[in-house]
Amino acid sequence: MSDDLVTPDGQPPSRISAEVSWYDLFSRGARDWLRHNEKVREAVKQRVREFISAPDVLTRAEGRTVLVPVRLLEHARFRLRDPETESGAGQGAGEPGQVLRPAQPQAGKDEGAGRGGTGEGEVNFVVELKIDDILDWLWDEMKLPELKPKQSSAVEDTELVREGWDRHGARSRLDRRRTVKEAVKRRAIQEHPVPFTDDDLRFRQLVRRQKPATNAAVLFALDVSGSMGETERRLAKTFFFFALQGIRRQYPKVETAFLAHTVNAWEFSEEEFFRTSGTGGTAASSAFNLGFELLHSRYDPARYNGYLFYASDGENAVEDRDNAAAALRKLTPELNYMGYVEIRPSHGRSSETEMSAILTELRHDHPAVGVARVTSQEDIWIALREFFQQQAGQAEAA
Amino acid sequence: MSATVAEYAPRLEALARKLGLDYHPVDFELVPTTFMMEVAVYGLPVRMPHWSFGVRYIHQLIRRGMGHSRIFEVMFPGDPCHAYLVSTNTLAENTLVTAHVLGHADFARNNQLFARFEQMAGTHIVEHAAAQAHRIEAAVTEFGQQRVEAVLDAALALEPHVDTNTELHRPLYPARPETAPAASPEDPFHQRFKGLPGEKGAPATSKEPGRTPVPPNPEYDLLWFIAHYGPELQDWERDVFLAVREESFYFYPLFACQIMNEGWATYWHARLLREADFLPESMYLDAIKAHSDVVRPFAAEQETALAVNPYHLGFSMWENIIEKQGIEKARQICREEDDFGFVRNYLDRELAEKLGLFVFQAREDGEIKITARDIDGVREAILAPKFNFGAPRIYVSELRHDGTLVLGHDHHGDGRGLDLDRATRVLEYLRRVWRRPVILHTADAHGAAHELTARKNG
Repeated sequence: MSDDLVTPDGQPPSRISAEVSWYDLFSRGARDWLRHNEKVREAVKQRVREFISAPDVLTRAEGRTVLVPVRLLEHARFRLRDPETESGAGQGAGEPGQVLRPAQPQAGKDEGAGRGGTGEGEVNFVVELKIDDILDWLWDEMKLPELKPKQSSAVEDTELVREGWDRHGARSRLDRRRTVKEAVKRRAIQEHPVPFTDDDLRFRQLVRRQKPATNAAVLFALDVSGSMGETERRLAKTFFFFALQGIRRQYPKVETAFLAHTVNAWEFSEEEFFRTSGTGGTAASSAFNLGFELLHSRYDPARYNGYLFYASDGENAVEDRDNAAAALRKLTPELNYMGYVEIRPSHGRSSETEMSAILTELRHDHPAVGVARVTSQEDIWIALREFFQQQAGQAEAA
Repeated sequence: MSATVAEYAPRLEALARKLGLDYHPVDFELVPTTFMMEVAVYGLPVRMPHWSFGVRYIHQLIRRGMGHSRIFEVMFPGDPCHAYLVSTNTLAENTLVTAHVLGHADFARNNQLFARFEQMAGTHIVEHAAAQAHRIEAAVTEFGQQRVEAVLDAALALEPHVDTNTELHRPLYPARPETAPAASPEDPFHQRFKGLPGEKGAPATSKEPGRTPVPPNPEYDLLWFIAHYGPELQDWERDVFLAVREESFYFYPLFACQIMNEGWATYWHARLLREADFLPESMYLDAIKAHSDVVRPFAAEQETALAVNPYHLGFSMWENIIEKQGIEKARQICREEDDFGFVRNYLDRELAEKLGLFVFQAREDGEIKITARDIDGVREAILAPKFNFGAPRIYVSELRHDGTLVLGHDHHGDGRGLDLDRATRVLEYLRRVWRRPVILHTADAHGAAHELTARKNG
């Protein structure tokens, strides 16, 4: 800019600058947006149960995050109520009385959409939440106890731990500090010391030790007979999901197996599990037997903390009653815990079912058995709380 | 690129001064679009942090992403004025914008509303706002985010609820009522008046002296009232309310003169470019193309718009005025009016017809209909969203002995009651800083009186 340009009234001329400024490095908008998101998370946290019960939340369950659809927060201001008709000024061709846009069949519902420039429109977005965070909130809110691994001495892993020293060993276990100490001691009493001798060398030793198992195996068994509809399955899925997450909180390594049964039982992958459907009768014993086999072939009860969750609408063939009861009596002692969820969204809580009769009887002898009934999403939390509290109580007692 | 804008700017300024523009010098700054967006969101280059700005920021991002909004320039009146140009704009666009900003600067120096604010608050509001932002950030460190945010929730929700007819630095209510003039017996007029036959002395006032009602009259300046009469506010909290109020005073002239101001700047950029013979031909053409985009009344390929483009309306009105009544008259209007006077006095029937202005009505079922083209209807429809800073008329009606704050809503004047859900939430914001119950009287959907209350634990 030239200096000779002085404005007529003697004022300094305007200037133009283009140096790099703070705003290249810092965005206030982004800062306040992050703060908004934090508040959204707080809001989600406070109403975590409602959010999580929404049916569309669990779709990303295979990852470690879930997507929760939320609305932008609105900073409220005083505003007049929406009028039935809104007037404004416009510009263009047309005579009074002319209709610029006819009534929209659905406009009543999506409120305000398309109205002459009234606002910012609805923006929906999803927040991605870590499942661990959600569970922390849930556990806090429901005051759920933390699970404890089975205390029984039967459940043991072996591990190698360092213990003691020896003069012989592999080079990789050479303990340099101790070796030098030995060398220093020796040199202190020798008249013509050499820096190191073979006698100075010390090697770390390893020993095998038993430690409590920290693995868990969770078997999910689902009745997929004709009577289990879409709603029942969704409830079962939600329940299983959170039961599994609850167990994952406690065990570093959790293995899962998914069993579905009608008259026979099969193992499925997680994806197939909830899509499977069958027809015909129901024989729960098939699933319990398969569970028992799996436990012994794959998840040695001595090494794994075993859990079985079974979801069903409670129907079971009468002729299978004895078989099912026997299978459960065989299976239950091998498990840390067995949970039975009876899903009867359309039946209410009234009648005693075949399965609940079997389980109720089983509970007399095996305290590590839980029974809960689920008729709606909200019941899932009650069921979870019961299971986890009861089970923690078991672990305390053991 | 920037060097070239800098090359033309002084010559444009010399031309502007020659044509009689009179303005405080302008500090131009070339900034990235991201910064421009933030300025548009916050209204000031540096302003207090609040999550609601984050929401507006995202809306702005989305709109920009959809190509709906493009911000050419932002100008902050002051001495010097601060103007920001987008660094990625073309040279022609930024030359146009430079001329446009000079028009704004002239308007801001001469218009009475701007001048009144400047006289009350000084010419360094941009720096002032930045200092306030820093103080609020310091408060966050000292008192914690939650507490500061609670205060800002309340103060920013009341942003438009100021009384710009009062002083920015306004004294408190007098402690006792000013002694009524009747009480001065030596006033010869009153002595003779009382002596008239049939004239009795004023009835003895039964009111005990001492306590006057607070507020003595309905108080529309909610931010001021809360800052000074909140029973349990701490000093820093009062400062936040006053900071928001000061910024609100600053925004008011911009809000109340938008049509005039944008029209004036558009008129001047068009004229400056036309008379700037030093600009290369091709650049002039490019700039004029940008100009016609700015003053376009409708979106491309449409014949009607359900909004009036203030650039277009203001520009057309100023051209009309200058053509018929000359530049001196225009300057006088520029000094004396705001949009209300400007539109009511100078938008004539002929121009309204030429521009095709109309009044429309949108029903809930989505039907939109042109209802009128008469000039009075059009004027009022243009001005309706500008009344009372675009907000409902809410006032403090009473401060009770127990500290309860009673607010009223002039629902007769506004034509209908408040959106009760939002009003309840605002009351809740207020209660958290007022720390005593807050009550609001308005009308429900049927026009019947309705009372909203916010109190602790319920």
